Amino acid sequence: MKKVKVKLHFPRKWISKPLMSEVISRYGIVFNILHADISYDSEGTLIAEITGEDEAVTDSLTYIDSVGVKYKLYNKSIILREDECIHCGACTAVCPSEALTMDKDNKLHFDKEKCLVCELCIKACPLRIISTEF
Amino acid sequence: MKTIAEINQKIKNGKAVVVTAEEIIGIVDDKGYEEAAELVDVVTTGTFGPMCSSGVFINFGHSDPPIKMKTVSLNDVPAYAGLAAVDAYIGATEVSTTKGMEYGGGHVIQELVAGKDVKLRAFADGTDCYPRKSIETTINKYNVNQIYMYNPRNAYQNYPAATNSTKKTIYTYMGTLLPEFGNITYSTSGELSPLLNDPYYRTIGLGTRIFLGGGQGYVTWQGTQHNPGQARGENGVPLSLAGTIAVSGDLRDMSEDFIRAAVYEKYGVSLFVGIGIPIPIIDVEMLKYTAVRNSEIKTSLADKSGNEKLPETYTYEQLQSGSVEFRGEKVKTAPLSSISKAREIAGILKEWIEKGDFLLTEAVAPLPLENKVNKLEIREIKL
Repeated sequence: MKKVKVKLHFPRKWISKPLMSEVISRYGIVFNILHADISYDSEGTLIAEITGEDEAVTDSLTYIDSVGVKYKLYNKSIILREDECIHCGACTAVCPSEALTMDKDNKLHFDKEKCLVCELCIKACPLRIISTEF
Repeated sequence: MKTIAEINQKIKNGKAVVVTAEEIIGIVDDKGYEEAAELVDVVTTGTFGPMCSSGVFINFGHSDPPIKMKTVSLNDVPAYAGLAAVDAYIGATEVSTTKGMEYGGGHVIQELVAGKDVKLRAFADGTDCYPRKSIETTINKYNVNQIYMYNPRNAYQNYPAATNSTKKTIYTYMGTLLPEFGNITYSTSGELSPLLNDPYYRTIGLGTRIFLGGGQGYVTWQGTQHNPGQARGENGVPLSLAGTIAVSGDLRDMSEDFIRAAVYEKYGVSLFVGIGIPIPIIDVEMLKYTAVRNSEIKTSLADKSGNEKLPETYTYEQLQSGSVEFRGEKVKTAPLSSISKAREIAGILKEWIEKGDFLLTEAVAPLPLENKVNKLEIREIKL
C-alpha cells in the first residue's frame, strides 16, 4: 500500500472530463480530495491524497499526467517559527484543513498531521514566519 | 467613591488591589458590583493589534557641516522631512523603495526598537547656513537626540468584522478574505480592550499614562476619526467603529515583544502596537463598565469588497468561538489582533502598578463625547 499527497494543476483550457471517477474506476485507488479550487474556464488546483497498491498509485499519476493535468507530489512541509509567533490568528483565516487553529488560551496551535501544505498561510502571516521546507 | 489620588496613595503603600479586565468578570460573578467596586482599585486592560496610524519622530542631530534634510530614507523607506533641518517622521505603512511591500516603516520601527543600526540617507539643496547636500550614515535609537513614537490613531474602541461577498479571494488589511463569505476576520481584544472598558471615556483622557510598546507612554489627543457618536448598546458599548486615541512614548523604553512589523498580502505594511490602559475604579459605575464581557460586546460585519451592505452583527464571544452562523451556514472566524498578547500586557501593567512602578493619572482634559466624522467629498476645484 502507498499513500501520496498530490497537488493537481488544471490548465485554463482543460476540457472537463470526469478525471477523478476515471482514476478511481480504472485503478481502484482511494481518492481523497483535501482542497479544491476549480471552476470551468479558469485555472484550478486540487490537493488530494491518493491511497492504493503501489502500482495503482503510480498508474493513476501517469494517467493524470497523460490527460494533460500536471501534478506535483508533496515532499515538503510547512515550518512555523513558533518562538516569533505573536498568536494574532491571521493564518487561521485561510487554513482549509484546520491544521492552524486558535486554542482555548487564544494561542496558535499547529497540527502538522492535518496540514495539506497548501501554503495559503505563508502569505497570510503578517510576520512572515511561515515557510516551506523541502 | 474613590479618588485617583487615594488610589495612588494605596499603590504607593503597596496596598492597591489590581486585577485585569478578564479577572474582574469572575470577581463580579462572585461578589456583585457593589462589593467588587469596594474591593478593587484598578482594572488593567490590553490590546495588541495592527495599528496602521503609527509612526516615530526622530531628531538625528547635526552633522558637520550641517544639512537641512529635504528627503530622508531609513533602510530605503522614505520618511517625512518637511520639518526642521534634522527632524523626520517615519510612518508605519510607508513601503521600501527597493523591497516594495515586504518591508516598510513598520519594519524600520521594529529594528529601531530592537536597538539595531538603520541606514540613513538624506539629500538637500544646500543653503548658506546648511551647506551639505547629502549624507549617508547609520543611526540607532541610542545615538539620535530624540526618538519617540507618535501614533495619531490607535486602540480603536470597536471595529467591524470583515468578510467578502465576491467570487474572488480579496487581500485586505483585515487579512485574506475568501470568496463568497468564505471566512470572517475580526480585530479586537474584546473584554480586554482599553476603550471597551471605559466606553464613555470617564477616566481615559488627555494625559493618561499608559503601557505603550513595553514602556510607559501617554494619551496625547483624541485619535483621528474619533467617533464617540456611534450607536451604542444598553451597556454603553459602541456597536461599531467608535472612539480612538493618539498616543506617544519614548521608543528607547519599548521592546520588540510589543512592537512588531506586519505585512498584509497585497495591502502593505502595518505595525502591531501593544497598548495597556489602567482604569481606576472611582465608583460602581466604572466597575460595571470594566466588567463587560465578550458576550455583551457586539460588532457589525463589513463586506470588504464593498459590494454589499450587511445587516449581521455578532458578539465577540461568537466570533472567538471559531465559527459563526451566516445566512444559515457555518462560517469560519479568525482573529487578527493577538488576544494572548493583550492578556500579557494587561498582566504586566497589573504587575507594574502592584509594585508601585506605575502611578495613575488624572486626565488633563477629557476626550470629546461629541464629534462628527466627515466624509471626503469630491468637489470641483475653484481656487
